[in-house]
Amino acid sequence: MGFVRLTLAAFAASLVLGQVPALAASAENGKVAFVKNGCWQCHDFLGQGSVATSGGRVIADTPLPFDAFKAYVRDPGGSMPPFHVEILSDSDVADIYAYLESLPKPKSAKDIPLLNQ
Amino acid sequence: MPKKDSSAKNSPKLDRRRFLAAAAVAGASGAVKPAMAATEAQPHAEQRPLSVLPPNARVAAAENGVPDIPPYSTEGRPGSDFMVDVIKTLNIKYLPANPASSYRAIHESLIDYGKNTMPEFLTCTHEEAGVGIAHGYYKIANKPLMTLCHGTVGLMHATMNIYNAYCDRVPVIVVNGNDLDAAHRPPGVPTVHSAQDINAIVREFTKWDDTPVSAQHFSESFVRAYQIAMTPPCAPVAISLDDGLATEPIRDYGQKLYIPKYVPTAAPAGELGAVREAAKLLVNAERPVIVADRAVNSQRGIALLVQLAELLQAPVVRQNGRLNFPNTHYLSRPESVISQADVIIGLELADYWNTVNRFTDNNAQGVGSVSSRIKPGTKLISISTLQLLTKSNYQEFQRFQSVDVPIAGDVEATLPALIDAVKVALPDNRKDAIAKRGQAVKEAHMKGRDETKQLAAIAWDATPISTARLCMEIYAQIKDMDWSLVPSSGNVSNWPQRLWAMDKYYHYTGDSGGYGVGWGAPASVGGALANRDEGRFSVSIQGDGDMMYAPGAFWTAARHKIPLLTVMHNNRGYHQEVMHVQRLANFRNRTVNVGNDLGPIGTSIMNPDIEYHKLAESVGWWAKGPIKDPAELGPAIKEAIAVVKSGQPALLNVWTQPR
Repeated sequence: MGFVRLTLAAFAASLVLGQVPALAASAENGKVAFVKNGCWQCHDFLGQGSVATSGGRVIADTPLPFDAFKAYVRDPGGSMPPFHVEILSDSDVADIYAYLESLPKPKSAKDIPLLNQ
Repeated sequence: MPKKDSSAKNSPKLDRRRFLAAAAVAGASGAVKPAMAATEAQPHAEQRPLSVLPPNARVAAAENGVPDIPPYSTEGRPGSDFMVDVIKTLNIKYLPANPASSYRAIHESLIDYGKNTMPEFLTCTHEEAGVGIAHGYYKIANKPLMTLCHGTVGLMHATMNIYNAYCDRVPVIVVNGNDLDAAHRPPGVPTVHSAQDINAIVREFTKWDDTPVSAQHFSESFVRAYQIAMTPPCAPVAISLDDGLATEPIRDYGQKLYIPKYVPTAAPAGELGAVREAAKLLVNAERPVIVADRAVNSQRGIALLVQLAELLQAPVVRQNGRLNFPNTHYLSRPESVISQADVIIGLELADYWNTVNRFTDNNAQGVGSVSSRIKPGTKLISISTLQLLTKSNYQEFQRFQSVDVPIAGDVEATLPALIDAVKVALPDNRKDAIAKRGQAVKEAHMKGRDETKQLAAIAWDATPISTARLCMEIYAQIKDMDWSLVPSSGNVSNWPQRLWAMDKYYHYTGDSGGYGVGWGAPASVGGALANRDEGRFSVSIQGDGDMMYAPGAFWTAARHKIPLLTVMHNNRGYHQEVMHVQRLANFRNRTVNVGNDLGPIGTSIMNPDIEYHKLAESVGWWAKGPIKDPAELGPAIKEAIAVVKSGQPALLNVWTQPR
C-alpha cells in the first residue's frame, strides 16, 4: 500500500512539479501520519502552530508547494528536527501534505465576535 | 512525652544553649549586664590583642548601645511569644505553612497568644505549596509573607519553590524549625529532623540567613531578614528557629529585649553619570528599542516606563517576567523589532545574552547553533540588579553578555533620573524624526494586532479546544470586571498577553522565575488570596503537569475560602518533554516509541486520563469537565464565574490543543 502511494506520488510529482501529488496522497492517512509521527507536538493537531513551539509558523493551508514542503521536512535547518526518510517515508510526507491542504480555511477574525472584543 | 528534663534546664550549670544565648547577648549588647558571658567569655577576650583602634564613644554607643526603645517585659514568658510580637510589628498578613513538631512552640504562640491574626495561619499540605503561595501573593500584593518549614525534611520539600522565588527576585521569609542542642533534644525523629546548619540547605538561593541563639538575637535577625528580603534585589531569606529558644521561658541574662523598628530601605538607583550616558545614546539613536523583563511591578513603574517610551517613541518588547508595559499601548511590539535596533536598553533582563543572541537546539550531538539577533554595532544599555545579587553555584545568572553601558540599580528607582536625563539630552532638531518614528511604530502595532487575531482564528472550532479559543472565551466573561490573571503555569502561547487588554500591573505578573514545575497551582492560590483582599476577580490558566506536583494547594484555597477560577490547560502531557524526546529521536534517525500514548513513552499524562474536575471536587472546589467541545466552554465559564463570585474556588477541566 505504501509502495503504491509512493509510486503514484512520484508519478504525480513528475507530472506537475511543485503541485500536490493529488492522485496518490490521502488526507485521511495523512492525518494519522501527522499524529503518529509527532507533527502535532509543535504544530498542534490542525497545523495552527504556536509562538512557543513552532515560532508562530502556521502549516495549515501552507503556501509551500509540495517539493519545497518535503525538502523542508527532510532538512529544516532551523529549530525543527529533521524527518529523514528512515523515519518518515515519502508517501507519509505526501499524505501529511494532503492532510494539511484538506483542512478547512480559517474563518476571518473579523467574523468571530470573541476576537473583536 | 516531656520535651526535656526540666531539672536539667534549671540547673545552674551552663548548658550549651545557655552558653550560646549568653555569648550572643555579650556580642549584641555589651552595655548591659551579661553575667554569664562575663564569667565565660571575658578571659578569652582579654588575651586577644586588639586588631584595630578602640572605637570612639559615639561609634561604641552606635554599635553596642541599646536603642531608645522601651524594654520588653519578659516575665518568664515563652520565647515564642516574644517572637510573635516581633513578627507582628512587620504586618505580615498570612503564614501559609504545613504544621510540624519542630516549630510547635511558635505555632502555639501564633494561634493562641497571637490570636491567629497578623499573621493568620493558612494550613498547607506541603511546604512547597506554602512557599508557592507566598510567592504568588507577593506578585499581586507587593508585600511578603512568611512561611514555617519543618526541620530538614520540610525545608527540603520547600527548596524548589524557594529557588523559584530566588530566581524571580521575590521576597519570602522562610523560618525553619530546628533543634540545635544535641544534649537535650529528644532522640529519634526530632534528632533526624535537626541540623547543625539547617539554612545551608537553601543558602545558595537565599539572600541572607541567620541562626539566632537568643530572644534578642531573633528580634534583630527577623527584622533584618525582612529588611534585606525587601530591599531590591528582593529575594527569599531564611531564619533557623531553635526549638529550645522558642519553647523555653525567656531567660534573664540581664538583657533588655526590644524590637527594632523596620524602616524600608530606599531602592538602589543607577549612578547619574552612567544614566546620562545612556540617555545620550537613546536620544541619538535612529531605532532605539526598550526591552523589559522583571523591570516593574506597580502602576507607578508602568507609568514611568510609558513616559520613557513615549519620550523616545521607542518600541517596547515585553518579556515575561512582569507586565511592565500595557500591551494595548501602540509602542508595545514583538521581539522581532530587536533585529532592527541600533540601541537597546534592557531593563532587569533575566537573560540579556538570549535577548540579543539566539540558540537553536538543532544538532544531534546536543550542541546547538548560535546566531546574533542584532545588527553589528548595536549599542547595549542595561539597568539591572543582577550584579547586586549573584552567587556561584546555581546558574540562573545565565550566559555573560557584554554591555556598553551597564548600570547597577533598580529599574523603578532609576527611571525618574533616566527620564529627566532624556528630556535634557533630547535635541530640538530630533523631535520631528522621533515623532515620525512613533507613527510608524503605531501603524505596525495595529497591523500586528490584526495579524495576531487572524492567527487566533485558525482552528477556532477545533476539538480539543485551541488555546486561543480557550483564552478568548475566558476573557469575554471577565473583561468587564476588575480582573487579574494570577501567576499560573498554563503555557498557552501567550494568548492572554497578546490579546487580552492588559494595563494594570496585576493583570499579569509573570512566570515562576526558575521554571520549577509545581509552582503554578500554589502561586495561583497565593495571587488569588491577595486579590481577595482587594475584591478583585482572579483567574488562572493551570497546566496539567504542574497541577499534580502540589494539588494540595487547592485544598488550602477551599479551606480558607479563596475565590479563584482555575481553567485547566489540559493537553494530557508534559508537553515540553514530549517535544524534547521527539527531537532527540529525530536527530538519531529513530522512530520515537510512543507505546499506547500520543507522546513518547514517559511524557504523556493519559491512560488513564486524570479527572482534574473530580480531584478539585474532592478538595472542596466546584468543578466541571472534561470539556472538549468549544461550544460548551462559554456556558461552563459563566457557571464557574458565578460560583467564584460567591466566594468559592471553581475549576473547569478543559481538554486543549497542545500549545
